[in-house]
Amino acid sequence: MSNVLIVAEHGAGAIRKATLHALAAGQEIARRTGGQVHAALLGKGLGPLAADLAAYGVEVHVADAPVLERPLAEAFAPVLADLAKAIGATHVGAAATAFGKDVLPRVAARLEAGMATEVLGFGGDGANVTFRRPMWAGNVLAEVEIATAVKVFTVRTTEFAPAQRAAAPGAVHAVAVSIDPAALRTRHAGFREVKSERPELTEARVVVAGGRGTKGDFAPIEALADALGAAVGASRAAVDAGWVPNDWQVGQTGKVVAPELYVAAGISGAIQHLAGMKGSKVIVAVNKDPDAPIFQFADYGLVADLFQALPALTAKVKAEK
Amino acid sequence: MALKILVTAKRVEDPESKIRVRPDGAGIVTEGVNYKLNPFDEIAVEEALRLKERHGGEVVVVSIGVDKSQTELRAALAMGADRAILVRHDGPLDPAVVSAMLQKIVEAEKPDLVLMGKQSIDDDQNQAGQYLAERLRWPQATFASKEASLESEAEQKKDPGVVLGADGRSLTVVREVDGGVETLVLALPAVVTTDLRLNKPRFASLPGIMKAKKKPLQELAAAALGVDLAPKVVVKRLSEPPARKGGVKVADVEELWKKLHEEAKAL
Repeated sequence: MSNVLIVAEHGAGAIRKATLHALAAGQEIARRTGGQVHAALLGKGLGPLAADLAAYGVEVHVADAPVLERPLAEAFAPVLADLAKAIGATHVGAAATAFGKDVLPRVAARLEAGMATEVLGFGGDGANVTFRRPMWAGNVLAEVEIATAVKVFTVRTTEFAPAQRAAAPGAVHAVAVSIDPAALRTRHAGFREVKSERPELTEARVVVAGGRGTKGDFAPIEALADALGAAVGASRAAVDAGWVPNDWQVGQTGKVVAPELYVAAGISGAIQHLAGMKGSKVIVAVNKDPDAPIFQFADYGLVADLFQALPALTAKVKAEK
Repeated sequence: MALKILVTAKRVEDPESKIRVRPDGAGIVTEGVNYKLNPFDEIAVEEALRLKERHGGEVVVVSIGVDKSQTELRAALAMGADRAILVRHDGPLDPAVVSAMLQKIVEAEKPDLVLMGKQSIDDDQNQAGQYLAERLRWPQATFASKEASLESEAEQKKDPGVVLGADGRSLTVVREVDGGVETLVLALPAVVTTDLRLNKPRFASLPGIMKAKKKPLQELAAAALGVDLAPKVVVKRLSEPPARKGGVKVADVEELWKKLHEEAKAL
């Protein structure tokens, strides 16, 4: 047996999109190893979610218990590790979300397994499947082998097309949960949804980012972003200056993004920043300085004052809609 | 209620350095590369110092790596940590192995709290804290952050972002998760990994730097810890991502729009 176990995520009564990308990665491993893809669904009151997941043609293992209401790594890890053993999983994976990154290493520790984070693709066959992953914020790509019997991984969702519904749904199995709630030393004490009219930075199809050149005025950046339905990003210089929130920072020490289109306005292109966005499909740079390093990375460069160019582009976008 | 806090301090390539892969793909070019304390660990050191300043206790920094990691340990000592431990290890640092080594240190030091950067900016694995928590069967809070902004008064006053309970035996941690902000209460001892928004690390003062030279720095060999040092994740080959081909300059917004619309089909 060389089964693949993909850990599903859900929220607001639906399977998260990220999970479909992880399932696709699982299917690719299964093709290479000759195994079957299974999915683990943990939570409380899961109702129809198991069938929703099984529709993708994978065997679904459902652990439905009050103690699993919140995705606490301390509670999820033993359930997932036991399940992985029970189904003879050689590969255990999830999407490289906050959830996946939080829980999967604990599962790996339980299984005495090595782990690869943020996997971009696979190579090789059978037991020798290799994992391609970024290091140094994507400045380096590494081909890694996991030397343990069980291999654990998370995948960057933008690198895998989502799984498709299958003609025949997979079977659904119930998993017994024996976690004692009183023994848990982690307690969930609240969740505040961060609502934004804009898409999440790491998931956005388009990102418009501003840097030092904005001189602290992000209005043209935000206007273009809203016209495009884009997320707003910023260089470290803009964040350090206190102009915009820290979680807007794109770069090695901020967020790594890979949208279809990245518009960098008033950003010179420090290594730190480039590391966080050079995986973008199309890069546009708008900068007054014709020698700014960003132009060496941009597919389209416009030497111009962003305070003139961006409003003009915003107007054009709105006019063409 | 004094807290004993163990903090990790990894030596990493300066994020401002240009990273190049060696022609043989077996490693990166290290000539001309500067090294520094992993930025996420720096945030962990800062948080530990704030907790100590508020509640008393001891901050012990630990690094696993080459002899030169002493520099990063001294940097943490200069910020205000009390003493340092260097586990000498010249070779790949795999989170599964690192966490096994840290487990030994934790068992010897018996801290109330382990604070670690959420990831080191070389391997970007984001695993060691979670592995360690599971090995110890301790609760964890990854991606520790806070609600107050880094421009807030609380931040100016250097309030800790993670909050010790009145009983001194629990810790409230706000963490950045998918779609929002989660609050966890952990029973100590626990492992907390730090995200960017938790705090702004202080700069070492000149007296701090002078004092750091005299603070205790204990060294031991990795082999002395009695853990299996063989990496679980083996890097076969490194390569550089395909270089972006030099772009074209466009004359004006009109041409930019046209290119994006018709050529790149991005709009």
